[in-house]
Amino acid sequence: MATSNLKPTDPEYARWVDPATGEFRVIEPGQTFKSITDKITRIVLTPHTPLGWFAIFALAGAGATVLLVAVTWLFLKGTGIWAVTQPVAWGFAIINFVWWIGIGHAGTLISAILLLFKQSWRNSISRFAEAMTIFAVVCAGMFPLIHTGRPWLGYWMLPLPYTMTVWPQFRSPLEWDVFAVSTYATISVVFWYVGMIPDFGTFRDRAKSRVGQYFYGIISLGWRGSVRHWMRYETASLLLAGLATPLVLSVHTVISFDFAVAVLPGWHTTIFPPYFVAGAIYSGFAMVLTLAIPLRKFYRLEALVTERHIDNMGKVMLATGFIVAYGYGMEAFMAWYSASHWEAFTFWNRAFGPMGWSYWTLIVCNLAIPLTTLWSRKLRTNISFMFIMSIVVNTGMWFERFVIIVTSLYRDFLPSAWGTYRATKWDYMTFIGTLGLFTTLFVLFVRFLPMIPMNELRMLVPQAKITPKKPKEVGR
Amino acid sequence: MPPREGTYGLLAEFETPGDLVRAARQAYKDGWRRMDCYTPYPVEEAAEAIGFHTNRVPLLTLIGGLMGLAAMYSLETWISVIAYPLNVAGRPLYSWPAFIVPAYEWTILWAGLSAAFGMIALNHMPTLYHPLFNAPNFRNGALVDKFFLCLEALDPKFDAAESRTYLESLDAISVVEVEY
Repeated sequence: MATSNLKPTDPEYARWVDPATGEFRVIEPGQTFKSITDKITRIVLTPHTPLGWFAIFALAGAGATVLLVAVTWLFLKGTGIWAVTQPVAWGFAIINFVWWIGIGHAGTLISAILLLFKQSWRNSISRFAEAMTIFAVVCAGMFPLIHTGRPWLGYWMLPLPYTMTVWPQFRSPLEWDVFAVSTYATISVVFWYVGMIPDFGTFRDRAKSRVGQYFYGIISLGWRGSVRHWMRYETASLLLAGLATPLVLSVHTVISFDFAVAVLPGWHTTIFPPYFVAGAIYSGFAMVLTLAIPLRKFYRLEALVTERHIDNMGKVMLATGFIVAYGYGMEAFMAWYSASHWEAFTFWNRAFGPMGWSYWTLIVCNLAIPLTTLWSRKLRTNISFMFIMSIVVNTGMWFERFVIIVTSLYRDFLPSAWGTYRATKWDYMTFIGTLGLFTTLFVLFVRFLPMIPMNELRMLVPQAKITPKKPKEVGR
Repeated sequence: MPPREGTYGLLAEFETPGDLVRAARQAYKDGWRRMDCYTPYPVEEAAEAIGFHTNRVPLLTLIGGLMGLAAMYSLETWISVIAYPLNVAGRPLYSWPAFIVPAYEWTILWAGLSAAFGMIALNHMPTLYHPLFNAPNFRNGALVDKFFLCLEALDPKFDAAESRTYLESLDAISVVEVEY
């Protein structure tokens, strides 16, 4: 509904807008501990899976199968089936790696950084944003591994005592990546799981089927809600959030070092770390919207994931979008100010060379459309508009990585070494396949795990307030 | 712990977090120590009321983080200087600025794992069985919308009949005896 048109006189006004703050409510009024619990447990513990779920699962599974085919053929034939060659030796694999891992970053931002800032509106969306992080890291982590061409030797990147007595090279950012991404994946999974333990306890107590009782009973570790446990749990959550915050910033920084440390015009710049991190959060929030909007519709969660969430995510996108814009501007400025012939040429070639279309796609998708429209609250609370916007920004951010990688590489220092890049069908299949894998994992997650943290939402309910006076009648 | 017989404690159910906190405060003031509150979400005031102020999760996290830092930094130094010295464009073997990044990641990794597993271990989890699960009303509401205070039989003040009257005087909507 168009809440943006609401006037204070409107009867619907009080339902959507909190009179104390003038903001959209975080969750709709009238929610109780029980209504929240019922709503979320019913999605998981129902014996009747909605037909639409099967349809999406089948579609996503088909996508994941495409990935299986593409990767199998890759293992049989080698990376020659991709378009990577000299001079563009990093193609889709690294584009997709950076894109996916960037998407994951918004999940950590929502679950960790906004927790530290006590932004309680995040409670409704933190769990599935965190799930999105994990599945995005799964997709991302696969790419560097299959890009090596010999993924079965991937363990060579780890400092293990092999019989051949070779050790990793710790001065290379590519080696740093191994530690950054593996730590990120581990901490994200741990944070996600720890957050779900109390909700698993609720599921255990409410499950009707034997299998459900055993399954949730075991993974809840016997959680019983003792306040002593809760206090340790809260401390651990805060510490994990505090640790995940510098971690998430370091992960994309390290990834930007893969580029910035190379002495290549277009890559060798100090703006890369902040610019990559902001871009990551920008695309990640877009992906949260892409997932949240259909999800709240499908499971009728509008009372818990409200327009306030959509509105706030739009604001974060606006802010990070401007940091990204600053990054683009600085790249252009430094191309001129550095007085380096190579830098100037790379920039000119990026914008006006044969692959200039990709640069302008990125400018339109990342700057022209979102940064002009997201100012309007009316548009930020227009659900269909925000859904389209999220797709536009995701496309734009994918092209950003394409531009950074391909247009910096394809025209080398010597014109005799110039080449071009044209992705093969295997490149496309791998990319589409990871979209399928991501969706498959996400669809399984919403079916079997609590996608909204019940224990955190209970804190937002007015019932949770400790009243100083006994509200009970005397003489009880 | 050997299997026990008899009563684990008395479980009082409360309608609101406020009632629970007031009851817990009163019980603590009256000298009860072996007791615990059970809530569907973290209620800090209840923990304060029963005298639980600090926990050791932060200390474990600090120790874990420092261990991670030391482990990775020394591993990198040992590999690059002693085990496999590699001359890369004449750079020093001991290139400490480059070693910071993996050491930083491992600090976070070990600290995070210590925080999570430390919390689980300090909570004595997994505890898949607990006497409280025998209480008829506990599993119905403890993790949904009800608030419980349990006075445990191990407390020297405990007496099945007297403690029951005591709990009822604290505005509990029901008091049940929990068996092991």
